[in-house]
Amino acid sequence: MKANSFTWRMSLLALLMLCVRPAIALDESTAETADSQEVSEQQAETVLDPFADALARLLLGSMKERGQASEQLSLTGHPAALPILEALLDGSLYVLRDKQTAVIATESGQGYRIAEASTGADLGLVERSDLSKVNITNSLRTKLRKKIALLQLQSDDASVRLSAVNAMVKTADAKTLELLKEFESTETDEDVLSSMHLIFALNDLQNNDRSVRLNAMDTLKEYNSLEAYNRLSVLVEKDSAGNFIEQDVEVIKKAQSALKKIEARLQFYNSVETMFFGLSLGAVLVLAAIGLAITFGVMGVINMAHGELMMLGAYTTYVMQQIMPNHIGLSVILAIPAAFMISALVGVAIERGIIRFLYGRPLETLLATFGISLFLQQTVRSIFSPLNRSVTTPEWMSGSWQINDFLSLTWNRFYIVLFCLLVFAALLQILKKTRLGLEVRAVAQNRNMAKAMGIPTARVDAMTFGLGSGIAGVAGVALSQITNVGPNLGQSYIVDSFMVVVFGGVGNLWGTLVAGFSLGIANKMLEPHAGAVLAKILVLVFIILFIQKRPRGLFPQKGRAAEA
Amino acid sequence: MKSLFISNDKTANVVLFSLIALIVLVPLCNAIFPSASALHFSAYTVSLLGKYLTFALLGLSLDLVWGYCGILALGHGAFFALGGYAMGMYLMRQIGERGVYGDPVLPDFMVFLDWKELPWYWYGFDQFWFALPMVLFAPGVLAFVFGWLAFRSRVTGVYLSIITQALTYALMLAFFRNEMGFGGNNGLTDFKDILGFNIQSEAVRVTLFMISGLALIGAFLLSRWIACTKMGRVVTAVRDHEARVRFLGYRVEMFKLWIFVFAAMLAGIAGALYVPQVGIINPSEFSPLNSLEIVVWVAIGGRGTLYGAIIGALLVNYGKTVLTGLLPEIWLFTLGATFILVTVFMPNGLAGLLLKKGGERRT
Repeated sequence: MKANSFTWRMSLLALLMLCVRPAIALDESTAETADSQEVSEQQAETVLDPFADALARLLLGSMKERGQASEQLSLTGHPAALPILEALLDGSLYVLRDKQTAVIATESGQGYRIAEASTGADLGLVERSDLSKVNITNSLRTKLRKKIALLQLQSDDASVRLSAVNAMVKTADAKTLELLKEFESTETDEDVLSSMHLIFALNDLQNNDRSVRLNAMDTLKEYNSLEAYNRLSVLVEKDSAGNFIEQDVEVIKKAQSALKKIEARLQFYNSVETMFFGLSLGAVLVLAAIGLAITFGVMGVINMAHGELMMLGAYTTYVMQQIMPNHIGLSVILAIPAAFMISALVGVAIERGIIRFLYGRPLETLLATFGISLFLQQTVRSIFSPLNRSVTTPEWMSGSWQINDFLSLTWNRFYIVLFCLLVFAALLQILKKTRLGLEVRAVAQNRNMAKAMGIPTARVDAMTFGLGSGIAGVAGVALSQITNVGPNLGQSYIVDSFMVVVFGGVGNLWGTLVAGFSLGIANKMLEPHAGAVLAKILVLVFIILFIQKRPRGLFPQKGRAAEA
Repeated sequence: MKSLFISNDKTANVVLFSLIALIVLVPLCNAIFPSASALHFSAYTVSLLGKYLTFALLGLSLDLVWGYCGILALGHGAFFALGGYAMGMYLMRQIGERGVYGDPVLPDFMVFLDWKELPWYWYGFDQFWFALPMVLFAPGVLAFVFGWLAFRSRVTGVYLSIITQALTYALMLAFFRNEMGFGGNNGLTDFKDILGFNIQSEAVRVTLFMISGLALIGAFLLSRWIACTKMGRVVTAVRDHEARVRFLGYRVEMFKLWIFVFAAMLAGIAGALYVPQVGIINPSEFSPLNSLEIVVWVAIGGRGTLYGAIIGALLVNYGKTVLTGLLPEIWLFTLGATFILVTVFMPNGLAGLLLKKGGERRT
């Protein structure tokens, strides 16, 4: 009997090898071979793999069997076991109509997006009626939680272990402590060990032995943990009569000094966060103003429609996402050149059609471009409706970078700072290294002389205006990720962006960069003390006063061009 | 210039006498014809006309600084709104116990915000004799401080335009805050009476309309007179070549400041007359867009003529009322397009066209 089954297995293995070998050798050239390979693998799995067996029992069996199956599943060590158990716990594990395929489903619009549980392969969208849920009882739920924690702690991936331990910080009880102590001896990863020690120290705070408590506080004061801060705060709480609830004076003193240390760090991280917020606001301001710095600073054209060119860029992003709803991330990337082109073309049209008749009359230019801005606004309102349109943020841009309990930086702000610097660098290179840049600078310095040297000034004007407008469009793509896309999008930035250009000094790109970032940071530093609106008012008043003192901004142009 | 009323410019005379005719005709018609008659102006129409007249006054005041002094102020609406708020505060105090919460002293919104006392800057606004000078004082002081700072440090041209815009933008943000004590988002409204008369009644409406008309005519004549004085001549010279005037020994900033403050006060009067006729004042009056619209009126009418600003304000606002009623979508298209066409093709506005037709050259 034994020998029989052995030979049977051997023959199966041989068959398998026969199938697999040529498949590899022929590099999957024939569909037939690939098919037979798949079939034989399936056969092999059903027999050889306890994982598949456990999964099947999990789906079909009774509640009791479901418990055993989940136990067996957790022991297989199969990489898919953990996600399946997690899905089972949060109720997202379903079985398809065929009663065989386990899938993990997430709600998506009207239907459910499903992925095969054992492989993680995407199976597309289905109706709710095509699925039936794999139910569990409360007692099984408790068991599952422990099993999942255990599985996570056994994981080879240090980050999985770390998140498992971190999840236990708030809820650790005596049993989890025992479990953690076991794993501590074999743990090698620094971060995981440190998190474990945090849990031990938190637990030691409740110890009866004073020296253990004091030691625990020594450990805790080094942690950037909100939980540690809260637990320590409890120790220094007072009752209604103003007396400490805690009896031990030494413990209170120690807790106070530990709290002070944590608070100092908390403050530090808060100021880091404020700086970051300031930088990201500054990046938005720079993006909005940098195109203006070209049209206003280099050409001397006041373009009141600049905000509307940004709005066009933002709407381009929206349209791109409508065109390819399944590739959100790609559509945002593609929207950047598209928005540049659209805004640049509109810009060139504005310059050729209207502004060129108004050179040398800056105030009239201001009025005419304001007319254009009204026109563009109403156009967009007529096409896309006056309501705000929502632009989806791609996955890699959403969420935040959790550095510790006290500091987390959102990715979209991070990307905007990065994007702003990239755009700035690109623009600087264009102005410095390309022929267009050379011509633009020549015309800005002395129009007549440039003309005499054979530079086609009319064409350069159009190109410069197109470049500035295109940059506005690109800024619009960035804005679409952080604010509502609506017909009034541009209006809300126009005053700010003019302020940045004027503050930095007209005709100076570096000035715009410095001005944008410093205004952004100043705004965010004032905000906690004065409130958002008052902070903005204060910044505006500051700029108005600053212009009185230095009418030509932070970095004024020098030489003859400044007098023109 | 022959006399105060008759000038060499025919169009100016036509505008002036049309205005006089209007403010005589409307009350006359309403007195003669019964309210059912087609020639009887309804309270709504009278208020609408009154509103246009206050806008014309506002446009006129901007023409003084822009057309005569060359300062393109993009924050002129701020002075209008400040005058309006001064009047609004008086009207608010007149409500007294008839408010929703029935507090004898505190306006409704303060009770709503759970304020216990009247802020100090609201003191005195229950008296008309106090509120009236405030209508001039509030915009005047703002214009003085702002102008003194800006003109002394020779901020000119586009820079000045942009910081005036920033000024009105900052004020808008400030008045939107509830903590400012001016009713926040909702502003001041629900007015009951003015000097003891019901503000809704037709007689009060007609009176306010007449006062608006008289104020406009008065301001027009006064401004024209100022333009002919030596001071006016210097101001015009500053517009045409500022540095040259300075080299001739004039203190340019003083002349600019004078005309700027005077225009701000006129705008304040316009605002004070506007508020009782429309029944509300809120922070959106400070929005940069409103100030830009004033510039549109003057540009379309033709700057530097005074009557051009009046024609422009009346025409654009009439057009706005008609178009926003019929085809709201078209209004911004029309405004934008007119704006572009006027600046590109008729830099002197309608007045410029009229002058050309008459074969006269503007000096």
